[in-house]
Amino acid sequence: MNLYFPKWRDNPVAAFIATFVVAAVLIALPFVVGQLGNAWVRALAFALLYVMLALGLNIVVGFAGLLDLGYIAFYAVGAYMYALLASPHLTSTFPAIAAMFPDGLHNSIWMVIPLGAALAALFGIMLGAPVLRLRGDYLAIVTLGFGEIIRIFMNNLNAPVNITNGPQGITLIDPITIGGVSLAKPVQVFGLTVPSVYLYYYFFLLLVIVTIVVCINLQNSRLGRAWMAIREDDLAAKAMGINVRNVKLLAFALGATFGGVAGAMFAAFQGFVSPESFSLMESIIVLAMVVLGGIGHIPGVILGAVLLAVFPEVLRHTVVPVQQALFGKVLIDAEVLRMLLYGLAMVLIMLYRPKGLWPAPDHGINPSERMGGGKGGKAAAAGA
Amino acid sequence: METFIQQIINGLVLGSLYSLIALGYTMVYGILNLINFAHGDVLMVGAMTALTVIVGLKGLYPDMPAWMLMAAGLLTAIPACVILSLVIERVAYRPLRNAPRLAPLITAIGVSIVIQTLGMIIWGRNYHTFPELIPTTTFDVGGATITLTKLLVIVLSAVLMVALMLLVNRTKLGRAMRATAENPRVAGLMGVNPNLVIAQTFAIGAALAAVAGVMIGATYSVVHFSMGFLPGLKAFTAAVLGGIGNIPGAMVGGLLLGLIEALGAGYIGDLTGGVLGSHYQDVFAFIILVAVLIFRPQGLLGERVADRA
Repeated sequence: MNLYFPKWRDNPVAAFIATFVVAAVLIALPFVVGQLGNAWVRALAFALLYVMLALGLNIVVGFAGLLDLGYIAFYAVGAYMYALLASPHLTSTFPAIAAMFPDGLHNSIWMVIPLGAALAALFGIMLGAPVLRLRGDYLAIVTLGFGEIIRIFMNNLNAPVNITNGPQGITLIDPITIGGVSLAKPVQVFGLTVPSVYLYYYFFLLLVIVTIVVCINLQNSRLGRAWMAIREDDLAAKAMGINVRNVKLLAFALGATFGGVAGAMFAAFQGFVSPESFSLMESIIVLAMVVLGGIGHIPGVILGAVLLAVFPEVLRHTVVPVQQALFGKVLIDAEVLRMLLYGLAMVLIMLYRPKGLWPAPDHGINPSERMGGGKGGKAAAAGA
Repeated sequence: METFIQQIINGLVLGSLYSLIALGYTMVYGILNLINFAHGDVLMVGAMTALTVIVGLKGLYPDMPAWMLMAAGLLTAIPACVILSLVIERVAYRPLRNAPRLAPLITAIGVSIVIQTLGMIIWGRNYHTFPELIPTTTFDVGGATITLTKLLVIVLSAVLMVALMLLVNRTKLGRAMRATAENPRVAGLMGVNPNLVIAQTFAIGAALAAVAGVMIGATYSVVHFSMGFLPGLKAFTAAVLGGIGNIPGAMVGGLLLGLIEALGAGYIGDLTGGVLGSHYQDVFAFIILVAVLIFRPQGLLGERVADRA
């Protein structure tokens, strides 16, 4: 327990009580928020998916110091994998597959989660391998390009063989079923009806907890220390006997893993995927979550993800009425205002609070101070 | 053969535009080691300002000659972009000049989003048609055709690039720019004001972007609030291809990328037996980018390579 509550290292009772309180709040949350309408619980469930994504990206950006602007590609890979394995799309397009699976393609999540993780990790390595030698900002551009390539392929792989169904996307994706209980239908527990969104919320919560435990353990492992060493100075890390190439590849692969699983969950939750959900903007939003919360600091990243994921829902319910009250008409819709505020937040945070809202404490795991080796950059300037 | 020449012409037009934009990236990168993500959006603001001015003037004075409209559009777009770029540099980049490397990159992305969103608020989500001001005369080149607009794009870009080369290599400002790129501190000791030189570099890049934006509008007749993103990204690729920080490199890289894209889009269908179509055009730039960075990270004309992470 003291790994997760470092403040209460010497006070197991306090740590135990804290765990209990946090758990009680998280379990009760959908019932409280649900009073405002199921849309809010849905927003919470999405926030949990974003927490997973942000924690995954944090491994790459925060721990290893590699700026990845195409992270959403892994989310897309996971989502499309689940969509293809659990929807009528493949069986209706390819008679051969329909003959192999007469009941249609339906796969258990116990197969999909490891498969999604593995496939995304493979893509992570595919991306990571060629770009390992690149410096921070080149890396950013190449990963951005990678994200765009994946999206272009998803948009266009409907001809000559219809694999992704192009811009229309894939519909009728199976919901998640655990032990015969479908999360898409309300469940009766002790006479209490738990709606479908609540079930997804609890399931995602479970996944997020697993993610957090994995991330904290990674951070404190030999691998985590190696990541932070290469983040601070990869030459020095090399000199200390760290295999920089393999360690960076592992960062890409493990970061991608969380993206892939979150993507599969996204597909099941929405019941629908299309290339539109995986634009560059999404990558930037996830990056904004990591930056806003505190690069490399797990609680900060969680805070950033929850804030930025719930924020649009709040905006949607406030911006339009406020503008109508002030001007009598809607001048800027919530979606536009959200992007504007995200952009401004990224600029202002970097200018005034570069370590994020909830920065890492100063003992060796503080990335923003010297990330990317700022001093080495100037000497390397090419002549204009 | 006609197709080939036609694609070469299209590639040269596209390439000239990429070159102009790439120059802005490469000059800033040469001095600050910063990828100015907002550069593409500055281009958008240029095109949109020109559009607003041209449409407005046309409404006020319907019998104004087309060349005057065009000139008025350009002459307002350039100052608008220069001012915007200077403001961005002052507010978002200068305070972070000695910050860790990721910080200015992240602000640059933020600035890009802010400008794009503001563009959407001001000019709306819709595609706008850029008025046709240059006569649609066409010339015959070995069976292929080239419009006057496209010819003007190629000529104007060439003129601007020659002017820029002269500026950088022959004038005092150019020498100051090269000195600052080499080493800002030592340049400062020699009496160069690095802040001023950096601001001037941003201004020159923005002016070139404004011209490129107006020319994109004139050539492809459509402008849109997100029109700067893809050309910006590709121009950056062009700058990397030529060797980032290297001005002739940006020109060569831009032209080369334009040619590769046009020829690739023209022939990919035939080469792959119709499996891949011209909608994969955008993939070429990224594949080239990755390939260059892996095999020749210093670019075609770049001399030095910086491999420190």
